[in-house]
Amino acid sequence: MKTVTVNIVTPDGPVYDSEVSMVIAKTTSGEIGVLAGHIPMVAPLAIGAVKLKKDNGSTEVVAVSGGFIEVRPEKISILAPSAEIADNIDIQRAKEAVKRAEGRIQSKQDNIDFKRADLALKRALNRINVHEGNI
Amino acid sequence: MVNLREIKGRINSTKSTKQITKAMQMVSSSKLRRAEQNAKAYVPYMEKIQDVVGAIASGTKDSGHPMLTARPVKKTAYLVIGSDRGLAGAYNSSILRQVQRTINERHKSKDEYVVLAVGRVVRDYFVKRDHNVISSVVALPDQPSFADIKEIARNAVGMFIDGTYDELYMYYNHFVSAIASEVTEKKLLPLTDIAPASSNASYEFEPSGEAILEVLLPQYAESLVYGALLDGKASEHASRMTAMKNATDNASDLISDLSLQYNRARQAAITQEITEIVGGAAALE
Repeated sequence: MKTVTVNIVTPDGPVYDSEVSMVIAKTTSGEIGVLAGHIPMVAPLAIGAVKLKKDNGSTEVVAVSGGFIEVRPEKISILAPSAEIADNIDIQRAKEAVKRAEGRIQSKQDNIDFKRADLALKRALNRINVHEGNI
Repeated sequence: MVNLREIKGRINSTKSTKQITKAMQMVSSSKLRRAEQNAKAYVPYMEKIQDVVGAIASGTKDSGHPMLTARPVKKTAYLVIGSDRGLAGAYNSSILRQVQRTINERHKSKDEYVVLAVGRVVRDYFVKRDHNVISSVVALPDQPSFADIKEIARNAVGMFIDGTYDELYMYYNHFVSAIASEVTEKKLLPLTDIAPASSNASYEFEPSGEAILEVLLPQYAESLVYGALLDGKASEHASRMTAMKNATDNASDLISDLSLQYNRARQAAITQEITEIVGGAAALE
């Protein structure tokens, strides 16, 4: 099967760079699967998992928190504010973040930015899901 | 006659100062190395995002996105990136001088501009002079991560969109080399000078060009701020390193001068003592 180079880049440096045969990502308007030779495309990503199917049948999963995907026939780039490969996720930190965000959402104070807390919760849950492999 | 003990005391105190400045110099030089690495790791992201923004912005003309449209300027904002601590040579003063000069040239009253400060020294400077500081970030770590800067970047972009100000300039020290940095002014918003993409790929937009710009432009502006911050941090460490190196060199010079003085004074005291003894012996004969 034809393969395509995938780059995942964050402001803190490159996270992933390899040849894969298929990329499955969650955009804001739904899930997309991209194969090699796709027409040039740009789409914003939702907080979610990016699945990278290798030629040998194995799949790698990367947790991304937003950003966008840029597709060219021979190259796919994903730019995200943060991204982690499943094995490198700090699960302890993510669990703490979930607790913190839930506490914030449930507290009845007025000065809480619910949207922000909600996003933080989503990012943390996404990390946990990706780490534990239930996606 | 110079007091021997006094000189000795000065030599000792200069020596301990020298030890401190030497240590600070070494700390800064290792921090500089890290900062340079960070700046380097950031380059691919910056290039990529510039590329895509250029491609999309030139592909969707007249998108009418608020971040791309220049509007009549009623209020200007200055985002000034400095450091939290002093002892960095002219790092803060050169940037503050430049900003102050620009403000004096462009504005007649304090209602025409606002300041967003990064770094304690910068904030204190503008607060003390009664400028309108609407947002500030202090105590950033030496190796800032993207999450640390996100808040101020989002604030800066948000306030532009809701009309708090109509243009935003960014001031920071651009890192040239370990001994040189230059104060740089960059117009951040509105994003009028986006370089057209080098690659001529025409993209399919999913769901639409406008929707992507909605996500992309804030991210782009944030990344510009983050880039400037990394650049500023590198030159902060560089200029602190240079300042401390100069201080160490000066201390060495001072110590050698003082040692010379000390030895002269000691020799003079010995000579005088001998003269006195000889004089005394001669008087007895």
